[in-house]
Amino acid sequence: MMPLRYDLKIIASWIAPGARILELGCGEGDLLDWLKREKQVIERGIEIKESKVVKCIERGLSVLQGDINEEIQDYPDNAFDYAICSQTLQQVYAPSELIRSMLRVAKMGVVSFPNFGHIKIRTQLAATGKAPVTKELPYSWHDTPNIRVLSLDDFKEFADQAGFKILKKAAIHTKGDQGKMVTILPNLFATYGIF
Amino acid sequence: MSEYTDQAPNGATIGIVEKQFFTFAAPPNGMALESGATLGPVTIAYETCGTLNADKTNAVLVLHALSGDSHMAGFYKPENGKASNAKPGWWDIMVGPGKGIDTNKYFVICSNILGSCMGSTGPAAIDPETGKEYAINFPMITIADMVKAQKELMDHLGIKKILSVIGGSVGGMQVLEWCVRYPDMVVSAVPLATTCRHSALAIAFNEVARQSIMADPNWNNGDYYGKRKPDMGLAIARMIGHITYLSDESMRLKFGRKLQNKSALSFEFGAEFQVESYLQYQGNKFIERFDANCFLYITKAADYFDLAREYGNDSLVKAFSLCKAKFLVVSYSSDWLYPTYQSKEMVTAMKKNGLDVSFCEIDAQWGHDAFLLPDLRLDNLITGFLRSAAHDALTI
Repeated sequence: MMPLRYDLKIIASWIAPGARILELGCGEGDLLDWLKREKQVIERGIEIKESKVVKCIERGLSVLQGDINEEIQDYPDNAFDYAICSQTLQQVYAPSELIRSMLRVAKMGVVSFPNFGHIKIRTQLAATGKAPVTKELPYSWHDTPNIRVLSLDDFKEFADQAGFKILKKAAIHTKGDQGKMVTILPNLFATYGIF
Repeated sequence: MSEYTDQAPNGATIGIVEKQFFTFAAPPNGMALESGATLGPVTIAYETCGTLNADKTNAVLVLHALSGDSHMAGFYKPENGKASNAKPGWWDIMVGPGKGIDTNKYFVICSNILGSCMGSTGPAAIDPETGKEYAINFPMITIADMVKAQKELMDHLGIKKILSVIGGSVGGMQVLEWCVRYPDMVVSAVPLATTCRHSALAIAFNEVARQSIMADPNWNNGDYYGKRKPDMGLAIARMIGHITYLSDESMRLKFGRKLQNKSALSFEFGAEFQVESYLQYQGNKFIERFDANCFLYITKAADYFDLAREYGNDSLVKAFSLCKAKFLVVSYSSDWLYPTYQSKEMVTAMKKNGLDVSFCEIDAQWGHDAFLLPDLRLDNLITGFLRSAAHDALTI
């Protein structure tokens, strides 16, 4: 079994054993597979890409092919303990509606995203005057799926305004499957935020 | 569905298989049908591959489509010591040692549907009361009747829980019927390229196919046994079917406007385009092995099938509330007979009931027939799903 990516490890550590999980944009199912084996969760995933869905089902995970914004609608209220949206929020057209749906179908939601307030991004923009391209956000302005750019502070403000209560947060700096928590000036030094 | 598929590239096969028969519902009781009629005795032809384990928990039931049979995999024993050049069973690419449905792990059963002519009781079988073929005196049957007959076979084999029921097209309808009718027997289910009810489009094609049979003077109101058969009508019915099994894209790629064995138009009514020649070939091949009355009955059963009406007072959500199985639903992007939206309807109803469902739309250009063609994606989906269903069955 491949070691879990650092940001996913943090998310996994927040999940109670045996919980019912819905992951939006679950990719090839790394997180769900780990949670199923290690924490005996009841897993459901939604993924749009056919090849990734095949991979998930091949691994024995319950995954649906479809658009997360539409597919989440069919689930009954409180069908899950956690709805997780890992590194996908920045690609969502209507994030507040999606989070509202997550909190309808689950007791708690977990979201993570690359921090646009990171120092590398700030300095790149300041120094070159061009849209920043980093390891975490590796696309050019014209081909990026990341249509929302937000920092950790942006999300906190947004959550406050939208009425989402932040129960837990982690600011992290990652390198492959390794990483560390960022405690000093997280909005400047963290590459990812998890809420 | 198409006749047969190619053999597995690695040559793995279950080997020699044998068609078996099970007879039940002897008169006077008979089998009660959905239409209110009774039928008996009923014979079901079936074949098995692999070995049933001691606690009988590894049974997989494969359900065939409209014109299929119990011969899902392997070969029949060559007769009189003659070398056999016969084609393998219709899903040999999926069922066998190390294949998607692995016969080293699972005991796989496939039975010929009630109303067919491949060994099970149907309109072409002899009515013991008259000593003649039933023909159109055969009672109308439904998908539910087919499933009830399969349930009798499971009871006969001593199987109380089926690890997975798997089938495509009309076979997929039987899968859905199984899950709703016998929820405690079905651990998991794989409805492939199927629907909870025919669209008007699907009914329309079936009706044209039936009309072509009934318009053949040889059909003779179904009474043609021992006489000239309605071959022309049945062949045309099959040609219509084949159009619905392909797609605009697959026809474009397969035939385009290519001519058959000629380079210029001949300005006459023979088969000139390759697509014409293909359809005629399929039609002619079909009449050698299929009975026209059976075609009428089975297409009608498929048209009648309506899970929502039958079990949910027109609500699919209500119908699926009766299910307990874990599902893998698969559709094909170019299937215009049972398009993806119809699979999504069932997935939505399953989700609303909190059922464990996986869904994948396989991107394929080959239309409805794609589920019978070699595709590693489907193999992998089914392998993983069965493994997970077997695991769940142990831990529950």
